[in-house]
Amino acid sequence: MNHLTIHNHQTIALEDIPRMAYADFYDLNTGWIKNSEHCHCVNYFGHRTGKDLLLICCVADDATGSIYVSAHPTNGHTPLESMTAVAPCYERFERELHENFGIPMVNHPWLKPVRYPHHRADQTQTMDTYPFYSIDSEELHEVGVGPIHAGIIEPGHFRFICNGEQILHLEIQLGYQHRGIEALMVKNKNLLRRATLAEAIAGDTAIGHTTTFCNVWESLSQWEPTPDVVYARTLALELERMAIHTGDLSAVCTDVAYQLGSSVLGRLRTPIVNFMQEWGGNRLGKGFVRPGQCVFPFTSQLSDRLTTIFTEYERDFNEIMDEIFQLPSALSRFERTGVVSTEDARAIGAVGMVARTCGIARDIRATHPTGLYTTLAHAPIVKHHGDVYARVSLRREEIAQSMAYVREWMNTIPESSLHTEPAQRLQPNAFTLSLTEGWRGEICHCAITDDNGDLATYKIKDPSFHNWMALALAVRNNEISDFPICNKSFNLSYAGHDL
Amino acid sequence: MLSNIKILYHQGKQFIPDVTTAKVPGIFRGRPVISTTTVDTQALTDCCPMNAITSAPVAIDLGRCTFCGACARRFPDKITFTTDYQISTNERERLIVKEGDTGKVEVNPASVRKEIHRTFGRSLKLRQISAGGDNSCEWELNASNNVQFDMCRFGIDFVASPRHADGILITGPITQNMARAVQICYDAIPEPKIVVLAGTDAISGGVLADSPAIDRTFLDRIHVDLYIPGNPCHPLTIINGLLDLTRKKTLNG
Repeated sequence: MNHLTIHNHQTIALEDIPRMAYADFYDLNTGWIKNSEHCHCVNYFGHRTGKDLLLICCVADDATGSIYVSAHPTNGHTPLESMTAVAPCYERFERELHENFGIPMVNHPWLKPVRYPHHRADQTQTMDTYPFYSIDSEELHEVGVGPIHAGIIEPGHFRFICNGEQILHLEIQLGYQHRGIEALMVKNKNLLRRATLAEAIAGDTAIGHTTTFCNVWESLSQWEPTPDVVYARTLALELERMAIHTGDLSAVCTDVAYQLGSSVLGRLRTPIVNFMQEWGGNRLGKGFVRPGQCVFPFTSQLSDRLTTIFTEYERDFNEIMDEIFQLPSALSRFERTGVVSTEDARAIGAVGMVARTCGIARDIRATHPTGLYTTLAHAPIVKHHGDVYARVSLRREEIAQSMAYVREWMNTIPESSLHTEPAQRLQPNAFTLSLTEGWRGEICHCAITDDNGDLATYKIKDPSFHNWMALALAVRNNEISDFPICNKSFNLSYAGHDL
Repeated sequence: MLSNIKILYHQGKQFIPDVTTAKVPGIFRGRPVISTTTVDTQALTDCCPMNAITSAPVAIDLGRCTFCGACARRFPDKITFTTDYQISTNERERLIVKEGDTGKVEVNPASVRKEIHRTFGRSLKLRQISAGGDNSCEWELNASNNVQFDMCRFGIDFVASPRHADGILITGPITQNMARAVQICYDAIPEPKIVVLAGTDAISGGVLADSPAIDRTFLDRIHVDLYIPGNPCHPLTIINGLLDLTRKKTLNG
């Protein structure tokens, strides 16, 4: 059995990916997960050409910084033995392959629809016929919430099975946000329009997803990003992390009815997003990242401005966080609420923030670094209890860490350079994989080009794709009244999942 | 308790006193102005990834525009984006800014349904529906209610149930998978009711307009009372738009 070992952002010829019989493919990809706690699946998807279907599995090794790529050619009809029973992190990937291509997955324990995409193999499956798990019991009752929720958030349906106030089981039905972004990425030929699409994958992670898209595009067109391009994107990525973490801390305070914390943190997000507007004209960083160019170079004036903002932000942020962390009414809601065990997090292949709150030091900035992170020696912040408290304190410390990084980077601002846009034409018949640590966690985009050097397949994976299962596990045996605070402490993406 | 009061004191005054005149910081891209300078019109219309620019006369459709500013960087003499954030209107055609136009994009009081001023003039409760929204407009709608923008002070609120609502505010292009939920929610709101579309995706489908996964037929069945452009729409655009729609303006503005 062989496989190909690549690194982050590397472009390879599609034919170089070793193709193997399914038994070998199965052993290889389940073997890594079973034998090494450093391995997790970053993407597993199908590439359709005519009647042929090529399954490509990409497993990242956090210990070596490598990505192992292997492929299995199939046709979509041949039944395949599910890998989920042995390696549960493949669970949703296999469901997705089944839903998109109709591949019969044998012995999959939970072969349910993922998102009801417009191109699903079985059009008789509809949102209204989702096969929820249910228990026939006189004592237990079910609670259905959504797709429209009480607040201003994205749609999804949550079905709880409860014993009194206690949640026994939660099943999350997604797909309401499906907009067909992957198909549009291939269909639209205009590069700027594709970049705009990348911004819409998850609007709260516009910098993260668009940066990943640009990395893919620039790697495929062999365009080496200049220092100012890398600099601006990395700074913006850390500012995005700070802004969203601040907003989420505010929302957590709202859910424990701590009004002061909610108000103060809510308004503290404003200076960060307003700075993004001063820099790039948009509070959420849309229109900021574009392939092959640095549209908004960072200047010393901006640096002075951000330094002032940080000073004021830091003072007020620390004051309110110190208060929250010694407030019994808040702590009693955070501690031991919504626990995800390390074993569960590892089994489901959790990434990013969720993994790091469960004792797993999984962070692309440390394990598969590129750009400014290569010289940073980034030490991920890790918490061990996997509860709301861990997620709240992780966010607090990550804000401080990001702020320290940005301050350090502001000491040396690279010269602005002249840019030529990367060629519209990409390397033909090539494969690229790009990983970026967004604020939620690892974003993975994979692209495959055709004979003419245009996109043939574009696969997007938001960290939420792994982490929704963590939320479902976290709320078990919790009071249903604690669901909002659990949900908000994760703040997973519906749009990023549904695509 | 004392530490809470101290924190409260340290916040100073956060709210924006006058949301109609507040200045937005930086290079915010709001209402565009198109000069009458002659440029290569073909190159101008082609440079817009959203096909929001049309020729003869040159015009930008703010219902399609993502305010990325690509056109203004390429043709700085032709197009400039001002920081004017008051760009919400109740008429779809008004979102089209033509060359030479310098006037505001605003609500036309003459075409606002009469019951809106009478019924919602002092209190408006909206049910928000995200129907394929990417969570950027949703963030900004939440921000409209923070202590700085503080939309509640005008009696405008978002409520949990359509039964408590006076209308819906939709973000996102309306996906097929949300189409039924949008209709059910709309039907559950008592008459009279309004419909507001917030953000480029909601107004025109935006970058997702040509997707086979969206279903915008709901919009063929209802009357849209307010368009709030932006990608995402700025909180001040949201607040001013809703105020202009519901408050009866005098002739002097």
